[in-house]
Amino acid sequence: MLNFLNTIINGISLGSIYAIIALGYTMVYGIAKMLNFAHGDVIMVGGYLVYTGMISWGFNPLLAILFACIGCTMLGILTERVAYKPLRGASSNLAVLITAIGVSYFLQNISLLIFTANPKSFTSVITWEGISLADGQLKIQGITIVTIVAGIVVLLALQLFIKRTKAGQAMLAVSEDKGAATLMGIDVNKTISLTFAIGSGLAAIAGALLCSAYPVLTPYTGAMPGIKAFVAAVLGGIGSIPGAMLGGLLLGVAETLSKRYISTQLADAIVFAILIVMLLVRPAGLLGKKLQEKV
Amino acid sequence: MKKKVVALMMSLVMGMSMLAACGEGGGAAGGDTFKIGGIGPTTGPAAIYGSDVRDAISIAVDEINAAGGINGHQIEYKFEDDEHNAEKSVNAYNSLKDWGMQMLIGTVTSGPCIAVSEKTREDNMFMLTPSGTAVQCVQYDNAFRVCFSDPNQGAASAQYIADSSLKDSAIGIIYDSSIEYSTGIHDSFVAKAGELGLNIVADTSFTGDSNTDFTAQLATLADNGANLVFLPIYYTEASLILQQEKTIGFDPVFFGCDGMDGILEVENFDKSLAEGLMLLTPFSATATDDLTVNFVNKFREKTGHVPNQFGADAYDAVYTIKKVAEEQGITPDMSISDICDKMKTGMTTVTMDNVLTSPTTITWTAAGEPNKDPRAVVIQNGEYVLAE
Repeated sequence: MLNFLNTIINGISLGSIYAIIALGYTMVYGIAKMLNFAHGDVIMVGGYLVYTGMISWGFNPLLAILFACIGCTMLGILTERVAYKPLRGASSNLAVLITAIGVSYFLQNISLLIFTANPKSFTSVITWEGISLADGQLKIQGITIVTIVAGIVVLLALQLFIKRTKAGQAMLAVSEDKGAATLMGIDVNKTISLTFAIGSGLAAIAGALLCSAYPVLTPYTGAMPGIKAFVAAVLGGIGSIPGAMLGGLLLGVAETLSKRYISTQLADAIVFAILIVMLLVRPAGLLGKKLQEKV
Repeated sequence: MKKKVVALMMSLVMGMSMLAACGEGGGAAGGDTFKIGGIGPTTGPAAIYGSDVRDAISIAVDEINAAGGINGHQIEYKFEDDEHNAEKSVNAYNSLKDWGMQMLIGTVTSGPCIAVSEKTREDNMFMLTPSGTAVQCVQYDNAFRVCFSDPNQGAASAQYIADSSLKDSAIGIIYDSSIEYSTGIHDSFVAKAGELGLNIVADTSFTGDSNTDFTAQLATLADNGANLVFLPIYYTEASLILQQEKTIGFDPVFFGCDGMDGILEVENFDKSLAEGLMLLTPFSATATDDLTVNFVNKFREKTGHVPNQFGADAYDAVYTIKKVAEEQGITPDMSISDICDKMKTGMTTVTMDNVLTSPTTITWTAAGEPNKDPRAVVIQNGEYVLAE
């Protein structure tokens, strides 16, 4: 029983990382209706910025994260301006998808040039050991608790922002109907830029937490967690912010359970099989809205 | 205006390519220098291996050229990036052939090496891979390697454990089932351990797609009472395993292979995590013999970091080519195929002493495999120390 609980806890700590990455994915998808495949790599850049701030320049962790947030927000706005905005009118959605993949490779290779391929060992931004239950047999790491709390705070903040502020309402309007939003006097381009700015700022936080939990930083650090988080976002219902959180946690727990009790080799196959079954049974994801086909 | 700029650019580009073509033609016709090519990843996830090989070869080539070359002929050396991708590796091979390459040192990583060996066999081009460990890398008679093959490393590790005080340990394994290197060592380790009667209590794996969280594998090993964990994997993942092992409070002895080499050079890595880690590796940068000290100093001067065993393998490869070429009287005006035939004979008769990657000598079998002794190294106080 203790073993099982420990496995669940390990799963939740992995899942909380997926969840916080998935939040950024789903937010950009929900509003700009585009899959930003470079999101994982913005996270990696965030990780490097925190590393540079904290280790090389000796900032305190909070200041380093703030520095990374500003850096990533600027990077987000810049990539949106340079790579995605010119394609917004393109006839096919595929164009912008391919561009996102290009941006992803671009960021990886730029980081390879600047930071080299040698892995860097990250010092956790969280020094708290966490809590022990049942005479130290159950351990919940500090980073897990912080990640979950950060995830919930971000989730609530985003919900409030979208429901209560004018800019948030504009985002909602743009996500529902770009044409009508323009007619209502909303600056669609500005709104989408803002979405990217927020999504990329979140990526910096996710990067700091990802690298604190799994402290090896290479230019490819963001790629696989990015894809897993994308799966989590789809599982939870892409576009739905609470769905991303739920999907991330479920994915982490499913992955760890199958590694522990079924097979370490088949773990990924099982996780993706769950995704396929999910999509067959509920194509919109767990918390996704069913879209009415317009005929 | 725009058109003018474009036209100017076009003419510039065309002019440059003509110049480049001239350069190539002139070089190939020379025949007075040896042209040795190298291929390996200098960008991409395996870049650390390729760039060390590139720099180590150039150090060896500079040394040999300064000392008068091979049989009085200077060496020209060119290294191409393959990004650890088989297709790009073959392209790199073709472009080196256009440049006039006569012998190949490479390729650095196993997958691309197998692909390129198909091409070198067609051309009968001599190839000596410093670090292609997969069995098939040297399946043709024109291909040799400096490093141990994967099965050799697995069997040697099992043998080392059986001969040491660790022989009664309960052994757990974590390996990467998505790469040839790791599965190759794993399979031969398990087979040899069975023969030697070692006690393997748990055998777990991960893949390249899920190489960040190892808590489930570590928990399985801990449950089965493992007190020695065999890690035939690369150090990037190993550094995570060492970190997670500490947080869950599981404290076995870890035993790795050459892929673990480099773990202490991970920037900002907490070296105390690696305390007591053992690894079987052909090269130790902290050895105090003149050869190692000279190489490590030159390497550090050139690149700013300590070389890993890939670099040492590559350095030995260049000197092996030099020695064989001298014994066989090879000159640059011979055809590629004649050079290859002479090298093939020479490799099986040469004895390399005074090398970086073995405590004794290296000889080669006709199958392309080196005969040499492994060294076991243990990490103490943040340094690699010879285990004997």
